Amino acid sequence: MSKTPEKQPGDPNTTGHSWDGIEEFDNPMPRWWLWTFYATIFWGLIYTIMYPAWPLVQSATAGVMGWSSRGEVQQELVAFQEANAPLNAQLVETPLDDIAQNAELQQYAVNAGSAVFRTWCAQCHGSGAQGAPGFPNLLDDAWLWGGTMEDIHYTVSYGIRNEESDDARYSQMPAFGEILEEDEITQVVQYVMSLTNAQTDDAAAQAGAVVFADNCSVCHGDDGKGDITQGAPNLTDAIWLFGGSQEELTETVVYSRFGVMPNWDTRLTEAQIRAVTAYVHQLGGGQ
Amino acid sequence: MSNYIKLIVLGLVVVFAAIGTNYARDLAYQVHAILVMLIAGGLFIWTLRNTDEPVLLTDRSGEYMDDVIRYGVIATAFWGVVGFLAGTFIAFQLAFPALNFEWAQGYLNFGRLRPLHTSAVIFAFGGNALIATSFYVVQRTSAARLWGGNLAWFVFWGYQLFIVLAATGYILGGTQSKEYAEPEWYVDLWLTIVWVAYLAVYLGTIIKRKEPHIYVANWFYLAFIVTVAMLHLVNNMTIPVSIWGSKSVIVWSGVQDAMIQWWYGHNAVGFFLTAGFLGMMYYFIPKQAERPVFSYKLSIIHFWALIFLYIWAGPHHLHYTALPDWASTLGMVFSVVLWMPSWGGMINGLMTLSGAWDKLRTDPIIRMMVISVGFYGMSTFEGPMMSIRAVNSLSHYTDWTIGHVHSGALGWNGMITFGALYFLVPVLWKRERLYSLQMVSWHFWLATIGIVLYAASMWVTGIMEGLMWREVDANGFLVNSFADTVAAKFPMYVVRALGGVMFVAGSLIMCYNLWMTVRKAPAKEASLTVAVPAE
Repeated sequence: MSKTPEKQPGDPNTTGHSWDGIEEFDNPMPRWWLWTFYATIFWGLIYTIMYPAWPLVQSATAGVMGWSSRGEVQQELVAFQEANAPLNAQLVETPLDDIAQNAELQQYAVNAGSAVFRTWCAQCHGSGAQGAPGFPNLLDDAWLWGGTMEDIHYTVSYGIRNEESDDARYSQMPAFGEILEEDEITQVVQYVMSLTNAQTDDAAAQAGAVVFADNCSVCHGDDGKGDITQGAPNLTDAIWLFGGSQEELTETVVYSRFGVMPNWDTRLTEAQIRAVTAYVHQLGGGQ
Repeated sequence: MSNYIKLIVLGLVVVFAAIGTNYARDLAYQVHAILVMLIAGGLFIWTLRNTDEPVLLTDRSGEYMDDVIRYGVIATAFWGVVGFLAGTFIAFQLAFPALNFEWAQGYLNFGRLRPLHTSAVIFAFGGNALIATSFYVVQRTSAARLWGGNLAWFVFWGYQLFIVLAATGYILGGTQSKEYAEPEWYVDLWLTIVWVAYLAVYLGTIIKRKEPHIYVANWFYLAFIVTVAMLHLVNNMTIPVSIWGSKSVIVWSGVQDAMIQWWYGHNAVGFFLTAGFLGMMYYFIPKQAERPVFSYKLSIIHFWALIFLYIWAGPHHLHYTALPDWASTLGMVFSVVLWMPSWGGMINGLMTLSGAWDKLRTDPIIRMMVISVGFYGMSTFEGPMMSIRAVNSLSHYTDWTIGHVHSGALGWNGMITFGALYFLVPVLWKRERLYSLQMVSWHFWLATIGIVLYAASMWVTGIMEGLMWREVDANGFLVNSFADTVAAKFPMYVVRALGGVMFVAGSLIMCYNLWMTVRKAPAKEASLTVAVPAE
């Protein structure tokens, strides 16, 4: 197998060893390589004097620059906190409905609110606030618990149906699978669908109107337009949180469904809550 | 006599595995127990049939042991294709999440397949390539047959069992959740046994060598084998919850655990994918180029510098975390100082071709090896650069890291392995030449363009993603949500997946070419398997 290396004129000496035909030239290390290597070592020594580096018994050298990664972050945070402090104070002091009248404050609130929204709210409501099945769209004017600045501010602060805040908004739809007969459920679903002019079985829908009046109208209203004081959705606007098909509505009626939203008063500052309130309010559906 | 001991051991393994199957606490453990029971049972019957039968004794001590290398070459090509296919599929899963099929949730979704891909390419493809080529190189450069008789076969088959246990374990949910160290405790124990056997075969062969000196390739292979053993043991210090279950708990905690994991993870790159493959490079490039190695002095200095410096560079994976700043600084400094020692290997590889550059025109195999060393140089420059804290604050957690890893893995490890396979198959199967050099050219261009698409798209999306994450407005508020950055990456994800398709296509062409070389290429008469010292 030993292929003999082709000797060429001008080749340097080899070390004299040969393994399976492989020889090694006795070339020196390239100078640029060696000097770059030395330079990186020299740079490394200087760098470890300037920055925290060498471990000691109980601590480590701190470096002559006084730099630390946490200090660096802290500096940036404090700079922005100080710069924003007057605006934050103004935001907390201004009555909610008056924020929009101050153009500069409103602009600040919307910017800050959109950042808060993308960090904390987008996971459920979508980064464009468009919602998802089970999580309301915040761009439209259909509100479960009200769309005024006060309403939104309350919802964000205390949340909905969570177990952490005593002030959380609360309501619960019963699971009608245990209350109504199967054909009654079929009928009431047909009736609810007829409210939005979906294709329905007219006879069943008529029978369903009676079931609705007896069981559902307490919360959803005689006309099915809902009630924001107890988070009961309007059933006549063709906007469905959990879907409006026959199967989806039947599932909702049989098992009942409801969403949960955390309270943010313990996690965000009052200024942040007001900012996100202003942001959501101006998305299109604010009242 | 030794057969009786084997029968007792295998019998005990079958019984233990049967009990394990019965008491198994989880699916991964149960499937593995059944697998081990069947394999040990089959070996028991096979050993029994051969016990006390007359054996034909032939003295093969003067010949090289090449059968196990032939198996290793086949395994390398096979696992390579498996790993590349898995990678391409998960690249499409990232671009089109619907490919995380509902019916396969919990088995074939991205989270389960991703470690399957990384382990398949690093440990199955790379590991088999290293074991096969190291067995070949150590015999040729020591002029000695592998030490330990059938121990080399145990290493080969034992390693394949490790791969199968690891891969099926991931899909069935048995994982330590440590990157590149996912296999659970009993798989780790098995690998330890196999690895010690590997070290014994390798060292034994070097000790009984007939050459006066140890060739540089063997230094690198040996450094790889020894260091991987140490890394493997320290990072897998776990206590099983039950001997009948796959779950185990690591003894390290908190930031110490993270630091040990990345000390391991970084040196898996340093010693598995760099030192080991440099061993490959130091043999196959001079052989294929038919030129002496450029500089002995450079090889000895860059070897020791690389070995000493690599082991300290791990903390750069943990910049801006709970890791103390001092450790992070040291990790960064050692990484930057590592730049030149890494490049020593590139210089020695490329300069070996001086006086033979014309071969690049005519020999696609040497072209493959050269571009591999080129990618090696590029990623060992990119690595130190990304370890600098200021750069890392942009690049960390982004796709840039993925691009960096793949320019190293596909470009350097993949291409040098392909070159070695093209060199080895005609030699091992005694063929005069490869079936088709034109197919090698096709493979070369498909793989190269594939890697360029992959790396370039990941640079673009990685830097874009990093910039989007840190973008704040005048008041310091974040401008983008995380989902915005994901949506923005979509086109680059498609480009990346297409790069993967090209790379897979190239490797399939290689498999066909190698297969046809064995089947159709003209045979070579002279026997090449006799061990003769070269002086």
